Amino acid sequence: MAKVKVRNNFQQARWNEPVIYELSTPGLRGIIPPLVEDAIEAGISEDACALPDGLKRKSSLDLPEVAQKQVLEHFLHLSQETMGANLANDMSEGTCTMKYNPRLCETLVANPGFADIHPDQDVDTVQGILKVYYDFEHVVKEVSGLDKFSLQPGGGNHAVYTAASVIRAYHESRGEAEQRDEIITTIFSHPCDSACPATAGYKVITIWPDEHGMPDYEAIKAAANEHTAAIFMTNPEDIGIYNIHADKIVETIHAVGGLCFYDQANANAFLGIARAKEAGFDMCHFNVHKTFGTPHGGEGPACGAFGVRESLAKFLPVPTVEFDGNHYYLDYDKPESIGRVREYIGQSAVVLKAYAWSMMMGAEGLKECAEISVLNNNYMLNLMEKIPGVAHAFQGNGIIRQEQIRYSFQPLREKYDIGSDDMNCRMGDYGIPWFWSSHHPWVIPEPMTIEPCESYTKENIEEYCKVVETVAKEAAETPELLKNAPYNTAMHRRIKEEELDDPEKWALTWRAYKRKHSL
Amino acid sequence: MSGKQFVHPYIPNSEPAVKQQMLDAIGMTSVEDIYQGIPEHLRFKGEMQLPDPIISEYSCQRHVEGLLNQNRNAKNNICFLGGGTWNHYVPSVVETIMERDEFLTCYVGDAYTDHGKFQALFESSSMLGDLTGFEACNTPTYDWANAIAIACRMTARANQRTEILVAGNMSPDRLMVVRNYCKPEITVTKIGYDKNTGLMDLDDLKAKLSDKTSAVYFENPVYTGSLESQAAAICAAAKSAGAYSIVGVDPTSLGILEAPAAYGADYAVGEIQPLGLHMSYGGGIGGFICTKDDKEFVGEFPSLLFGLCETQQEGEYGFGEVFYERTSYASREKGKDFIGTTTALHGIAAAVYMALMGPQGFKELGEGILKRVAYTKKKLSEIPGIKIPVSGCSYCDFLVDFTETGKTVAEINKALLDYNVLGGKYMGGEFPEYGQSALYSVTEVHTVEDLDTLIGALKKICA
Amino acid sequence: MKKLGFIVNPVAGIGGKVGLKGSDGEAVLKKALDLGATFESGQKALITMKALRNVADQLDIYTWPGEMGENICTAAGLSATVIGNIDSGHTTPEDTIRAARSLRDLNLDIILFAGGDGTARNIMDAVGTAVTVLGIPTGCKIHSGVYALNPRNAGMLIAQYVRGKVRETREAEVMDIDEELFRQDIVQARLYGYLRIPNETKMVQNLKSGRGYSESTSVELLSNYIADTMEKDVLYIVGTGSTTAAVMKKLELPYTLLGVDLVCNRKVIASDCTEHEILEYLDQYDRAKIIVTVIGGQGYIFGRGNQQLSAEVIRRTGRENIMVAASKNKMLSLFGQKLYVDTGCEDVNRLLCGYMRVLVGYGESMVVPVTD
Repeated sequence: MAKVKVRNNFQQARWNEPVIYELSTPGLRGIIPPLVEDAIEAGISEDACALPDGLKRKSSLDLPEVAQKQVLEHFLHLSQETMGANLANDMSEGTCTMKYNPRLCETLVANPGFADIHPDQDVDTVQGILKVYYDFEHVVKEVSGLDKFSLQPGGGNHAVYTAASVIRAYHESRGEAEQRDEIITTIFSHPCDSACPATAGYKVITIWPDEHGMPDYEAIKAAANEHTAAIFMTNPEDIGIYNIHADKIVETIHAVGGLCFYDQANANAFLGIARAKEAGFDMCHFNVHKTFGTPHGGEGPACGAFGVRESLAKFLPVPTVEFDGNHYYLDYDKPESIGRVREYIGQSAVVLKAYAWSMMMGAEGLKECAEISVLNNNYMLNLMEKIPGVAHAFQGNGIIRQEQIRYSFQPLREKYDIGSDDMNCRMGDYGIPWFWSSHHPWVIPEPMTIEPCESYTKENIEEYCKVVETVAKEAAETPELLKNAPYNTAMHRRIKEEELDDPEKWALTWRAYKRKHSL
Repeated sequence: MSGKQFVHPYIPNSEPAVKQQMLDAIGMTSVEDIYQGIPEHLRFKGEMQLPDPIISEYSCQRHVEGLLNQNRNAKNNICFLGGGTWNHYVPSVVETIMERDEFLTCYVGDAYTDHGKFQALFESSSMLGDLTGFEACNTPTYDWANAIAIACRMTARANQRTEILVAGNMSPDRLMVVRNYCKPEITVTKIGYDKNTGLMDLDDLKAKLSDKTSAVYFENPVYTGSLESQAAAICAAAKSAGAYSIVGVDPTSLGILEAPAAYGADYAVGEIQPLGLHMSYGGGIGGFICTKDDKEFVGEFPSLLFGLCETQQEGEYGFGEVFYERTSYASREKGKDFIGTTTALHGIAAAVYMALMGPQGFKELGEGILKRVAYTKKKLSEIPGIKIPVSGCSYCDFLVDFTETGKTVAEINKALLDYNVLGGKYMGGEFPEYGQSALYSVTEVHTVEDLDTLIGALKKICA
Repeated sequence: MKKLGFIVNPVAGIGGKVGLKGSDGEAVLKKALDLGATFESGQKALITMKALRNVADQLDIYTWPGEMGENICTAAGLSATVIGNIDSGHTTPEDTIRAARSLRDLNLDIILFAGGDGTARNIMDAVGTAVTVLGIPTGCKIHSGVYALNPRNAGMLIAQYVRGKVRETREAEVMDIDEELFRQDIVQARLYGYLRIPNETKMVQNLKSGRGYSESTSVELLSNYIADTMEKDVLYIVGTGSTTAAVMKKLELPYTLLGVDLVCNRKVIASDCTEHEILEYLDQYDRAKIIVTVIGGQGYIFGRGNQQLSAEVIRRTGRENIMVAASKNKMLSLFGQKLYVDTGCEDVNRLLCGYMRVLVGYGESMVVPVTD
């Protein structure tokens, strides 16, 4: 068995890096653009490039002037001051499924056969990438049981927003758009399940859980009526409890004429195990960058695969990728489509990587991801439960947790005034990436949401728990140590945070910083 | 994979002995004990119908490369497509940074452990701000189209008006995104334009401006391949009606074109892709929104905003989110915007690109493109039957009208493939008044040989 | 540097241990002492003050003499400026009021006081919502929302406030029960008004999802919604409290904070109405709606602080015409609980039981169980 090591002497790179502007020396440059050949100069008249009055740049352009090595060095330093999931024990980001992102996929997207194709090329010249789209769509169709997908949305929230747009189009087509202006969601669903419908103009009705932490089915019954446009629910919700009423809820909403959207951001533990179709949902989405092994890019690029039942396919964004038996093509002929939510046909690099990953997994591999992720989570829970000061949401309700758990440091808060952020800062000193607390508001106090998906070893899990235990012990013995942490990461504890809220002081750009801080 | 004998390299705890140890530790006999939490009738009892897995990594690489080889690409062809994704040179330094696992695989950690990401995105915003002339810039959104849509909603919240006026010749695809995002409260109305110059019809603008107008949006360079020389007048007209002005820009043009802030715009939005991202079949895009560093504007941003702050270590640059309680400022609005995973990595790539280019690089890039475009337009217009329907200077993109050749753009593009040329995008569908026109794009990657290949090919095809 | 005022009601809680349920009034106090009660308020307040040692260098403390604060500061090892004078051993509610007024006049950042519901009422009478305050719960009755969870938490919250980690403030309810009825074992809480307290919303950087909004935003959004969706010719019966008052402010109408006002077509028809007056108006209108908020830490929507909205008023208005509105924070503080009704009429209570929507933003609501 591999060794379990707590990194007591961890030290993240800390380069004390200047802002790029401070590296600037007038006259330097990092790169020379291609020169214009004489034949071109000779072929045009002098005034051919005369810009219209008022459009020629007169205002100064104060970009930094830095030689190439120093630009590279600068950004390499900054990269070292960042903890990517591929280089850290990053089960920290619960709900985000921080899995291993295979290097192979990066090799594939760098191939000129992908990197250097233009999205407006004639479909005859891009049959390879269209096949990738078509075949990856087949994967998500099998995983969900639904009939048709759009890979256009640029992220999970964007897919949820697309769902709200499709719901509006559906009710418009039935002449009920005005009447149906309410969306029901649950409090432990991802906040985008309320924010996205609200953006689309819906009133949002939030359901609280019952005493077991499950969405209160009776409350949903009470909330559903002729104004209901749809329900948006995550399952399992962000606390890791599978909603056993999922199908009953769907029946209730369908009975009043509403649609049902299944937020499958937390789908990793259910690949081949449970699907949207069997629970009766009309629509669902997957975060391709979570469940299908593609990197998160520090908040994108990403892809939200959005799927529907056949009857709703006509409302999907245009174009969709189709196959006529020997030829792949783009179908724009959808008069009832919501239009577009993004330019082109989606985050192609993410789709290509996800395709390659899925091909390496196959049906059995996907199922194995699911099974190992729930095993990892329950193994971790067993260790975490023994740590003094660590509780978890709806502890002791007798329900088996699935792929993640929302822990709580409330006992530490009550005894030592140590909260989730203090724990987070100090755990960084042991090389643990910043963990995901929970979305606001913190219904579960002092939260920490952890998802040890299939990429992590038993020793990774044990190391993580050891760090939590070590820091929780420090919280009891020397709380001030946590209050001033971190000490060994790339940045120390912020002070004067109020300046970030002060228009006279905040600085979104270097220019603003110089002006406001008189540099 | 039936009867498999291996442990998948990406799933370490599937090793049978390890798995058994873990099951023993939690007192379970199989993973099925965990899935008892799911009611039987909600379980999927079938098998997913997927191809057999490609077990070795090498085989997978061969398989995918086989598919990608079916695509024609801009390395072994000369590509003249633009209009929203452009064929620019991507410096190796940018590729190196983009490839770093630290940036590539991080996510939403705070600056304590992801300090470098915060600083890189702060620098990205700073440099985009310098190009556009603004002191406030968001972290990237999905693309240019979404940047327009978000800016429109920001203005509607700020001035509580409900109509957006847009240049009639803006990109129809981007307009489609804006229309959907503005529903149900904000209406979008097109303003007329001169077909021959691509310029906005100022009389129509003035006629349509009212106390309902929240903002006026126009693109510069114009989507149909000209420059909007009336930019200052449009911004002034919007202002006099109490509306905001939003300009969509190609940021690479701003080494030679005036910064939108300098001619009176309130917002500049645009596409990040030309700043060091490969075309990647549309996978290189990302949007930015720049505006004034004023509570009135900054308070309406739905996106994350990273700012500099102090830490316990004197002299250290700390980072955190600016104006965290922004929604309290936006309380007047009925709807709100969502945020989420967008295209942060592309923002970092853009930072590296802009730092490499510097003011000289952008100036030379812009001047070189103007010249190459002028050369191409001139030579093409000399071919019988080919017309350049929109007059004036062009940056990268320009329209080419083949109507009088009697051939369709589709036919011409098919014929161009024999010359390993990827021809321009057919525009007659989006703008019927231009007939059999195509949108061509010329950048710094095109050598005079490339341009002459196109010109020579078209001469033969159109003869 | 933050300026902190500190007042202890030394006799708070004295009735509790000897079964007297309160210390209001000299007769009760004397009886309590006769029964062997001891002064514990100061001991509890000491726990709070000890928690402030870590931030002592950032604090200027102002307090009153002896058992009203000075002794506790000394015991905690904190230096303080002492003002005012008292008759030690014989302090009265008037002393609390005098102390609070004198501290208010010093323009302090916050006043920390130890006591119970009666003390909170005294503080409210003295300073209103002009000054930020926080209560250390030492009394036997704590129905008011102005108190920290316990004395230790009070210290932690103040430390956060001093460090600038907690910056926002909000209005919290001052509630008290009728003492006479209480000693007859009848619990009947009343809303007396509001004090301003620090609002411990987490200012944590939270990058993954949208940010939540503050108490004041939530109230503003729901007020906008109610104002925007008001129907013509409908009689609106606007209940008590600061949330419903915010709706009236949005409509630019005068309001009675602790009373029931009637509105129709955006005009006030009657102010501070009795049950009888409301019923008379109900006769004159075809349709009526009641707007109420959630009152108190237990979550009452009827029967606490709005007894004017009687069973008969509710019955005649109809369940479907009741709008409950409360800030998101208020609702989340009640997370896992139910809302309560106590109209005095079993039939009407039963009518109200079940699930109700509580408006928490612009068209945004939560579905919450209601019980009696």
